[in-house]
Amino acid sequence: MISEELIRKVTIELLRKTVTLMPDDVVSELKSAMERETDDVPKMQLKAILDNIQLAEKTATPICQDTGVTIFYVNLPRCLNVDVGKAITDAVRIATKEIPLRPNAVHPLSRKNPGDNVGKGMPWINYKVWDKDFVEITVMTKGAGSENMSQMAMLTPSQGLKGVKEFVLNVVLNAGSNPCPPTILGVGIGGSSDIAAKLAKEALLRPINKRNEDPEIAALETELKDALNELGIGVMGLGGKTTVLGVNIEYAYCHTASLPVAVNVQCWAARRGTAQIYPDGKVRYPTHER
Amino acid sequence: MAQIRLKTPIKEEEVRKLKVGDIVYLDGIIYTGRDEVHIHALEKAEHGEKPPVDFKGSALYHCGPIMKKVGDEWQLVAAGPTTSSRMNSLEPKFIEIFRPAAIIGKGGMSQPTIDAMAKFGAVYLAITGGAAVLAAKGIKKVRGVEWLEFGMPEAIWILEAENFGPLIVAIDTHGKSLYQEVEAKIKKNVEVAKKKLKLT
Repeated sequence: MISEELIRKVTIELLRKTVTLMPDDVVSELKSAMERETDDVPKMQLKAILDNIQLAEKTATPICQDTGVTIFYVNLPRCLNVDVGKAITDAVRIATKEIPLRPNAVHPLSRKNPGDNVGKGMPWINYKVWDKDFVEITVMTKGAGSENMSQMAMLTPSQGLKGVKEFVLNVVLNAGSNPCPPTILGVGIGGSSDIAAKLAKEALLRPINKRNEDPEIAALETELKDALNELGIGVMGLGGKTTVLGVNIEYAYCHTASLPVAVNVQCWAARRGTAQIYPDGKVRYPTHER
Repeated sequence: MAQIRLKTPIKEEEVRKLKVGDIVYLDGIIYTGRDEVHIHALEKAEHGEKPPVDFKGSALYHCGPIMKKVGDEWQLVAAGPTTSSRMNSLEPKFIEIFRPAAIIGKGGMSQPTIDAMAKFGAVYLAITGGAAVLAAKGIKKVRGVEWLEFGMPEAIWILEAENFGPLIVAIDTHGKSLYQEVEAKIKKNVEVAKKKLKLT
């Protein structure tokens, strides 16, 4: 039985795993960056990053103090008669106290902080109904340092692929040392202004060692990554060979008169996690199976 | 790279000896302070009032930590740096009025802050962003908290540091910035990147 209580419990555990354990694909890319590096300053920064990941895992402590705001992606089987929103919201409130998470969610204008990461629109939950019989919950706990460097633009069709590349390059240059590089870029192309922004964030849910299924988009991901790593912004903006760990692109068809593009900048501490809850009550955490 | 151990409050003459690239470890009291602390401390100063702590000679840490209350005591969970550039518009005035000896953060700060650091004798110490558990290892004790009404990330946390680091002097009192040195290289590298992307 998939109950409200089970969803709440699993979401708390999912948040704990997500903020304390880095995904393997990101750790492996950070290690390669360390091997490539020759200068002392970026090496020292990468060593601190890798030591910190180990220490966080060993002590079950959040990797970064900025445990973000909680953005959820939920896939639901048809006819599930459970208040999933309430279960997740309660889980965020409990997790904030228990793990603990930093209370980050504030009113956008008064800046009042309720202290439990819950408020109007927070946690933000994206729902989809699917044909499978299990519930899948994915969470991204993304810090503001990198989110603040994200941008979107409504290009004209005549700007084309060149315009898209230029825009991505400018986002990275503008972000510079601020978003805790080496970063991961989620790029959303097409759709509409809101769809491009949504796709850019969703692109970050894909492991960075997995290229887009469309060979042309996959080639663009690799091309952008290679070129951006020539910039030398490096680790923490203190120079070095690695500025981006990965570029993930998602696209959607758009209006013939538009070319929306969005870049969601993700810091090296790319914390994402997924839980699956089956009808018999069995639970899997496919992103954290070790 | 010279390795230097300093204890707060730090004297101006000691700060002025530091050069970009030096590695620093800190002992003594460190105050956290980010957006709200800057805004409200400067507001207070405008009205001739003082903030609840004396920042003179201190290390101001751009950090919003995760804290846990155990009994009556606060315990530090994680304490990496926040993005310093958000304080770019406030820091020169803050340095002029409150005279901290060191600002600890990530990402560096803009020219007006570099100028204020040269004029009033302060350095910018870079700590690795996101490395929050490692940073917390250098904090021995939470001495107290002020302005908690602004929320946990925005309060002034009074931290007792022991061998807190490694920190890199990224802006010194001689007008030098490691970030600007990197930026000069980036300007050249952009052309290489553009060529690879077939933009030129």
